[in-house]
Amino acid sequence: MFEFCANPENLSRFSWLSCYLTTPKHMNLFYSVGTVLLLLVLTAPTALLFGFGGAIMARSKIFLIRLTGNGYISIVRGVPDIAFFLFFVIAIDQLFEWTRHKILCPDWNEPIRQGNDFVVCSIAKLPLSSSPQWIHEIYGFLLAVFTFAIVFGAFTANILYGAMRAVPKTQIETAFSFGMTERQVFHRILVPQMWIFALPGLGNLWMILIKATPLLFLLGVEDIVYWARELGGTKTAKFTSYPHGDWRVWYFLGLLIFYLAFTRISEALIDALTRILSRGTATLGSDLQRQVGR
Amino acid sequence: MSCLDIIADYGLRSIGLGERLLPRSDFTLCHQFTLIGSGMIWNIYFGTLALTSGFILATLLALGKASKNFFARKLSGWFIFIFRGSPLFIQFFFAYFLFLSLKQNFTFLSPLTSAWAGALFVLFCNTAAYSGEIFYGALQAIPKSDLEAADAYGMSGFSRFRRILWPTMLRLAWPAYTNEAIFLFHATTLVFFSSFPAWQQRGDALYYASYFADKTFNPFIPYPILAGYFIFLTLILIGLFGLANRKLNIHLPKDKHTKIKFRIRLIR
Repeated sequence: MFEFCANPENLSRFSWLSCYLTTPKHMNLFYSVGTVLLLLVLTAPTALLFGFGGAIMARSKIFLIRLTGNGYISIVRGVPDIAFFLFFVIAIDQLFEWTRHKILCPDWNEPIRQGNDFVVCSIAKLPLSSSPQWIHEIYGFLLAVFTFAIVFGAFTANILYGAMRAVPKTQIETAFSFGMTERQVFHRILVPQMWIFALPGLGNLWMILIKATPLLFLLGVEDIVYWARELGGTKTAKFTSYPHGDWRVWYFLGLLIFYLAFTRISEALIDALTRILSRGTATLGSDLQRQVGR
Repeated sequence: MSCLDIIADYGLRSIGLGERLLPRSDFTLCHQFTLIGSGMIWNIYFGTLALTSGFILATLLALGKASKNFFARKLSGWFIFIFRGSPLFIQFFFAYFLFLSLKQNFTFLSPLTSAWAGALFVLFCNTAAYSGEIFYGALQAIPKSDLEAADAYGMSGFSRFRRILWPTMLRLAWPAYTNEAIFLFHATTLVFFSSFPAWQQRGDALYYASYFADKTFNPFIPYPILAGYFIFLTLILIGLFGLANRKLNIHLPKDKHTKIKFRIRLIR
């Protein structure tokens, strides 16, 4: 990266480190931080959408829809969540391929599950085996996002369902007495008011989501854990101009600090958001705020 | 081969007894049930030991965080912050590589590089931090009148702690602590996915479940089996903690009992 890096053997310690940390391989590590952020940015709204859908379904008047919603909410309880991550990532992949297989190759008559293999016709493969490497990577990443969204959607649904029930009944009744339809009540009263009740839970969930991002590694995405292991391992002078011993402990210390800082900053932001949103509501949060303001 | 033979061969496979090789082909349902169930031994081992030892440290941490002593307060505060603020997965990785480099200088630390000791140590610290925070919250919620009553009876120091502070703290914290226990057991599934080696393929339930899922490329059988085992374990835990909860609330009228409600909190 820098010009003085051309000959790393006779550098002072600090400049050696600055060269070492800017090798192309290390750039991959920094890009993978971007992957983590991208995962968070994509997953949070998708999970919120799934959760909103789940919560609405769980409130439905039709029994079957209510059952589906409640089932979705309770499915990820009682079972370790990484089991779900490992499960969904294969299951969704197979679901996609199976659907495409049924549509694209209708006259295929061999069974799809042959012993220990899952065989679909070659044009139903996802991504196609002829597509370049980056498509495979993006597909893997999107599969991971989808998996995260399903699992976290269930948790969000639980929180939103509780928040919808926490909106004071009198508010809803007043709206009805003003002659609003059910739809209007939902859009104008229930949804705007529920957020403040959902916020502590959602904030908590956001922290959990941050702390779940290293699990991307288990889903086969080349994320920060992957690169930390890769770059930290012992390098001999034969293969690199920056030989070093086993430095993985330092790389993971770096990740530890990264996550600590990340959760700490998020915590401060969520607190600020709570203060802003609880202005003018009759909750304990705003009461406390008023007292502090005095 | 009948199912009983399979159970005899693989029932204790996860602790190294029975057949050496894992099944390679012709996986039956019985194979999957037996081997995944055998892996549960490790989950129960990690969970139980970490929970009981972590309980003691958690009490100390809660007292430390609430204490007037500057150093005790800062030390417990930072301990709790570090273990609650970072992912358990990264903590496992970090601890494993730390133990690996410590081993070179201090040979007596070498057991810590294997899962049974090293991962247990991490889980112990982790659960101590989470429960420490729960206990600290409960400690702050103890009614002032209880302490005033204790003062009026002339209690002080350790007897006040043992008879008033500690039982009340536990009673208030118990519902949250129950959830913590459940999620600790769920977190034990991370151990063998985070660098700690499964020596001679002696792994936990999730290790075997993913083994089957990889070999058969069919996730629809091993993971539901695993889920079934864990739901069962969760129910047992709720039962046991419910019994303890009844004991803690025994002096109160029925309607004042603290209720155990199952709340969610997944990954740490």
